[in-house]
Amino acid sequence: MTRPAVDLTPLHRRKRQRVLVQLACVAISTFMLLPIVLIALSALSSRTALTEFPKPLLPSEFSTESISGFIGGAGVVPAFGNSMLAGVYTVVLSLLLGAPAGYAISRFSFRGRDAYQVLILLVRALPIVVLSVPLATMFLRVDIDDTVFAVTLVHTALALPTTILITASIFVGVPKDVEEAALIFGCTPGQAMRRVVLPMALPGLAASSVFTFVLSWNEVLGATVLTLGHRTLPAQVLSSLADSPNVYRFAGGFVLVLPALLFILVMRRYLLNMWGTTLR
Amino acid sequence: MAEIELHNLVKTYPGGTTRATDDVSLHVADGEFMVLLGPSGCGKTTLLRMVAGLELPDDGQVVIGGKDVTYLEPRKRNLSMVFQSYAVFPHRKVGENIGFGLRMRGVDPDEVKRKVAWAADLLQLTPYLDRYPAKLSGGQRQRVAVARAIVMDAEVLLMDEPLSNLDALLRLSFRAELKKLVAELGTTTLYVTHDQVEALSLGDRVAVMRQGRIAQCDAPTTVYDLPAEEFVGGFIGSPPMNFLTGTVVAGGDGGFQLDLGAHSVPVPDALSGFSGRQLRLGVRPESFGVAARNGDPGGLPAELEVFEPLGSSVLLTVALAGHQLKVQAPPTFRAEAGESLRLSLPADQCRWYDPETHLLLETS
Repeated sequence: MTRPAVDLTPLHRRKRQRVLVQLACVAISTFMLLPIVLIALSALSSRTALTEFPKPLLPSEFSTESISGFIGGAGVVPAFGNSMLAGVYTVVLSLLLGAPAGYAISRFSFRGRDAYQVLILLVRALPIVVLSVPLATMFLRVDIDDTVFAVTLVHTALALPTTILITASIFVGVPKDVEEAALIFGCTPGQAMRRVVLPMALPGLAASSVFTFVLSWNEVLGATVLTLGHRTLPAQVLSSLADSPNVYRFAGGFVLVLPALLFILVMRRYLLNMWGTTLR
Repeated sequence: MAEIELHNLVKTYPGGTTRATDDVSLHVADGEFMVLLGPSGCGKTTLLRMVAGLELPDDGQVVIGGKDVTYLEPRKRNLSMVFQSYAVFPHRKVGENIGFGLRMRGVDPDEVKRKVAWAADLLQLTPYLDRYPAKLSGGQRQRVAVARAIVMDAEVLLMDEPLSNLDALLRLSFRAELKKLVAELGTTTLYVTHDQVEALSLGDRVAVMRQGRIAQCDAPTTVYDLPAEEFVGGFIGSPPMNFLTGTVVAGGDGGFQLDLGAHSVPVPDALSGFSGRQLRLGVRPESFGVAARNGDPGGLPAELEVFEPLGSSVLLTVALAGHQLKVQAPPTFRAEAGESLRLSLPADQCRWYDPETHLLLETS
C-alpha cells in the first residue's frame, strides 16, 4: 500500500493568510497612529524645523519652544485645569447617576423597562448646539453660567446614556448568585453591593469612566457656548485657533491629545481583567 | 440545629400565570437530610429560595427552629447555602471566601482563622487558601462553596443542585463525600436536585415535586418501590417504570384478570371493584423475570425488539400485546432481536394505578 505524499498547499495557504492578517494590523495601526505622531513631531520641533519638507522621522532638533509657547499663552493653563475638573466631575457624576440606573435595568424587570432603555438614547439624538443655547439661557437665569459646574452638567447629560447602557451590561455580567450568596452570608443589600458587586464590576466601571472622561475632554461645542471666562481647553483652543500661527495649533493639538491618552493608559489595567478570567 | 416547617406556601412569579409553588407544606425534622426532587420548573428551587429568604411567598409561612421567618432577611435566618453555580467571590482568595460569613458576623479573627483551617482541611483545600478562585478547577470551586457554607455552623444548610456542574466521575465521588460530611455535621439539610440517583442516594427522605406540588414525600426506597403516583414511577428510575392499561375481567378461577389484549395478568382481589373498568399496571424494568421462548411456559410471550448490553445489566425493549416495555435482565442474558421471550410478573412487584387519578391503589 502506497502512502500519498503530504499535501503542503493548505499549510502554505494558512501561512499566507497569517501574513496578510499581520499586514492588515500594521496598516490599521499606522492609520491610527500617524496623526498622533505627526502632531507630536510638529509640537516638539522648533519653529524653523516646522516648515521643513519632507519631514524627518525624528525631529531634527528637539525643542519645547512651541509647547512652552502654547502653555504660556493666555488662559491655557486655567483652561487645562478646567478641562481636567470638568472631566473628573463628569466621570463621578455620571457614574453616581448612571450606575444605579444601569443596575436597575440589569437586575429588575419593571414596567416600561424597554421603553426606558430606548428613551435614554434620545438625549443623544439632539445635536449639542440645539441643547446648548436653551441651556445657556437657563444657566444664566439660575446664575451658574460660565462655570465648570455648568459644563459638567451638560457633559453628564451627554455621557449618561452610554454610562447607563455600559454599566447595565457590566452588572448583567456580575452573576446574581454571587450577590445572593453575600446576602445569605450576612450582608445587608448595601454591604453586598459594596463588598461583592462593585469590586466585581470595577473593570467595567473603569472602562465606562474612560469613555466618559474622553467624551468630556473632547467635547467642544457645548463648552464653547456655555463658558466665556472659564473655558475648557478645547473651547479655549477653538476660540483662538483662527488667529494663531501653525505652531500654536500643533502644540494645542498635542496637549489636547496627551491627557486623554494618559487616562486611557492608566485605566487600561482595569479594562483587561484583574483576576485572570473574564467576568462570569 | 433546627427543624424546618413549611405551611401552605404559595408563590406566583410576577408575569407568570401558573403557581411556582402551589400550597406546599413540608416538615423537615431536626438533623434530617431532605431532598427536593423534580423536573425543571416544578418549583423545587422556588421552595428552597423561600426558605432562604431570597424569594418571598405570596401566602403561607416558613418556620425554622420554631421561629417564624417568612419575611425575614436571609442574613437573619441563621442558615447557609451552596449554590448551583458555586457563587464563590472571584475577587477574594479562597481563604477569604470561606471565612466571609464568619467575618461578616463579627467573629474574632483568630477564631475565623481556626475554622477556615478546619474546613479547608476537611475539604482538602489547604494548599489553595491563598489562591483566587479563578485558578481552581470546578470541583475545587465547589469545595470552596461547601466549605464556606459549613464553617457557619448554621442551623440549616440549603443546597441548590450543588453537584450538577461537575463532571460525572467527580459528581459520583463528591456525592459520597458530601453525604458523609453532612451526616457528621448533623445539620438539617434541604437539598434540591433534578437527578434522581442523587436524590435516592443522599436523602433521608425524598420529596418528589411536580407542577408546584409535592407528589410524594417518603424514604428513598419507598419512593422507588411504591410510587404514590404514576408520575413518580415514571420520573424515578432509569429506565422508568412501565405502565400497561387493560380492562379488568372475571377470570375462570373466580379471581379477576387484567385483559391486555392478547394476554392477561391476575388482578389482586382487593381491586375487584374495578371489574369491567380500566386499570393501570406499573412494573419496574428489573421486576420482570425473563426467559427464552421455551424456558417458562407460564410466562407472557413477548417479542424482543432491541437488545442493549449495558455492562452491569442488559436492557431489553420488548413488545407485549401491543405495549412497548423496557425490561432489565441479568448481564449474562443473551438473545437476538426478533426472538420470542417469556416474561414473568411476580404479583408482589405489580403496582396498580387508578387510570383517572393516576394514584396508587391499595392492594392489601
